[in-house]
Amino acid sequence: MKRILLMGNPNVGKSVVFSRLTGVDVIVSNYPGTTVELTKGRMKLGDEVAQLIDVPGTYTLGPTTPAEQVATEMMVEGDVIINVVDATNLERNLNLTLQLLNAGKPVIVALNMWDSAQHKGIQIDLVKLEKRLGVPVVPTIAPSGEGISQLVARLDEATTGSIPFDEEQRWSVLGGIVEEVQTVTRRHHTFLERLADLSLKPETGVPLAIVAGLVAFALIRVIGEGLISLVFNPLFDKLWLPVISGLSAILQPGTFWHELLIGHLVDGQIHWVESMGLLTTGLYVPLAMVLPYIFAFYLVLGLIEDIGYLPRLGVLVDTIMHRLGMHGLSVIPMLLGLGCNIPGVLATRILETRRQRFRAAILMSICVPCMAQLAVIVALLGPYGVRGLAPLFVTLAVLWVVLSLGFKYLLPGETPEMFTEIPPYRTPYLPAVAQKLWMRVRQFIREAVPFVLLGVGLVNILYVLNVIQVLGRWLEPVLTSVLGLPPEAVGALLIGFLRKDVAVGMLAPLGLGVKQLIVACVVLTVYFPCAATFAVLLREFGLRRMAKAALLMTVVALGVGGLLNLIL
Amino acid sequence: MIVSLAEMAPGQTGIVVSLEGGHGMMRRIAAMGIRRGAAVTKTSSQPFRGPVSVQVGNTEVALGFGLARRVMVEVPG
Repeated sequence: MKRILLMGNPNVGKSVVFSRLTGVDVIVSNYPGTTVELTKGRMKLGDEVAQLIDVPGTYTLGPTTPAEQVATEMMVEGDVIINVVDATNLERNLNLTLQLLNAGKPVIVALNMWDSAQHKGIQIDLVKLEKRLGVPVVPTIAPSGEGISQLVARLDEATTGSIPFDEEQRWSVLGGIVEEVQTVTRRHHTFLERLADLSLKPETGVPLAIVAGLVAFALIRVIGEGLISLVFNPLFDKLWLPVISGLSAILQPGTFWHELLIGHLVDGQIHWVESMGLLTTGLYVPLAMVLPYIFAFYLVLGLIEDIGYLPRLGVLVDTIMHRLGMHGLSVIPMLLGLGCNIPGVLATRILETRRQRFRAAILMSICVPCMAQLAVIVALLGPYGVRGLAPLFVTLAVLWVVLSLGFKYLLPGETPEMFTEIPPYRTPYLPAVAQKLWMRVRQFIREAVPFVLLGVGLVNILYVLNVIQVLGRWLEPVLTSVLGLPPEAVGALLIGFLRKDVAVGMLAPLGLGVKQLIVACVVLTVYFPCAATFAVLLREFGLRRMAKAALLMTVVALGVGGLLNLIL
Repeated sequence: MIVSLAEMAPGQTGIVVSLEGGHGMMRRIAAMGIRRGAAVTKTSSQPFRGPVSVQVGNTEVALGFGLARRVMVEVPG
C-alpha cells in the first residue's frame, strides 16, 4: 500500500487536511504541537487505497528536537510527501520544503490558509512558485475543504524536485524565491491582531487572563447547571423514573436483580445518586451529572483552543512556572487534564524533556481533578457554597505549588527555556468547534460510561461478597484516626481506582459532614489516578517511575487528608 | 546601536546582526525566521526576566529571557 506523509511546520493545519482526506476525525486546535502522536488513516486514490500519515509538525529536519527526529525517521518510510505550507508564512515554511525536496522523495505542496493570506494582503504567484520549486502547488483552505479535491487529483504529479544550494546560501535562496513569488499589500491592523497584542503584554495580558478565566468558569457553570436542571433532570424524573419504578415493582426490592439493576430504595424511593443500581445511579451519574459539565467544559475549551489563546497564556505564566521548575507551556496539559486526565497526560508531549513531561503529568494527576469528578464534587459540596468548595480548591492549589517546589529541589535538572511560535488569533470556525466537541463528548460516552457501569456493578458485587465491610474494618484505624472518615468510606476509595465520579458519588449516602466531605474529596483526587489514566501514565513513563509516583501519591493523600482533618 | 532582544523596548524594530549561542539552538531560532539580516519587532516582554515575544515576518515567536539575550539586534539610535 502506498504511504503518503503529511508534513509541514507546526500549526499549519496538517491535521485538518488529514481529516479532510481520510474522513477520520482528529483533534485540531490553534497551537503548535496539538498532534503528538502519529495519526494514520486510509484514503481512496482512484481505485487503490493509500495510507495517510499525519506527522507531527517540524520546522526543520535536523535532529534538534524529538519531534524532528520522529519526522526525519518517518520520511524514510513514505512514498509521497504532501507538504502542507502556511501561505501566510511562506519563507519559514519553504525552509522545510527545501529540505524535503532535497531528501529525494516525491513532494506536492498544499498551500494552506490561502484565505488568511489574502485577508492579510499577501498575494502569491502560484505559477512562479511551482516553477521555482519544480513540484505541484495547490492552494487549499482546509476547514472548508476548498482545494482538497484538486490536491488529490494532482497527487500523482508529485515529483522529486531539487534546488541545490550551500548551507550558507540557504536563506538567500529562500529570500529570493519569496521575493519573486510574493507581493504583500500593507493594510491596517485588525481587531484580532490588536487583541492578540494586548493579551501578551503583561500590563493588559494579566487582567485579560483573569477575566477570561472567570468568564470561562462562569460559562461552564451556567451551561452545565442549565443542562442539568432544564434537560437531564426532567428527562430522568419524567421519562425514566416511571419505567424504573415499574421495573422495581416487577423485580421486587431486595432480590438480587433488583439490587443490581435498580439498587436499594432510600426511604422507599428510588434515589438517583444513592441507590447504586446499574439502571439508576449507573446511568444518572455519567449522563445527568457528568455529561452536562463535560459538554460545557469542552465547548469552552474548544473555543479557547481554536482562538489561539493557550500559547499566550503559556508565555504569561512562564516566569512563575519557571520559578516552580516548570515550563510555561505546562499550563496546556494542566488545563486539558481538567477535562479528563488522559488527554492531559498525552498533552505533556509538547514539553521538550522527559523529566519535564513526567513532572507535569504527575502533578496533574495528583492535583487536577477531572471534570467528571468535579461535577460530582460540585453536586455534593456545592450546596455548602464557598465554605464547601473553597477549602478543596485552595488545598489542591497549595499542594500543586508545594509539590512543584518539591520536585524542583528533589529532582534537579534544567528547565528548557520558552521557545515557541505564537499563532495569530483566528476566529473559530464553528463547524470545526462543533465537530471537536462532538468527538470529545462521544469519546466520553463510549469510553467513560461503560467504566461507570462497571464501577457501579462492582460496588454491588463487593458488598454482596462482604469485601467492603471487611476492608472497612481493617482500615478503620487509618480512616478514622487519620482522616476522620467512617469505615464505609473504604468503598469509595476502592472504586476510586476505577472511576472517580462513581467514587465521589458513593460518599453521598454516608451522611458525612462538610469537613468529612472535603477530606474525602481531596483524598479521592490525590491518592491515585483512575485506572484508565494510570494505564496511560504507565505506557508513557514505565513501571519504575510510576511505582515511585504511586508511593508519593499515597503518602501525599494521607498527609494532606490528615492535615485537613486536623485544621478544618 | 547593538542590543540584545532582551534589552530592546517593546514596539522597537531592528535588524538581527548575530546569534550567539550553541549551534543546535541557533539553528532552531533561525528556522523560525530569526536570523542574520532579518527585521524583528519586539511585541512584548514579561517582567522579572520572563520571556519576550518578537514579530518576524508574519510569525510571532516567544523566547525565554536567556535565549533573547543571545540574539543581537541593530536598532536605530
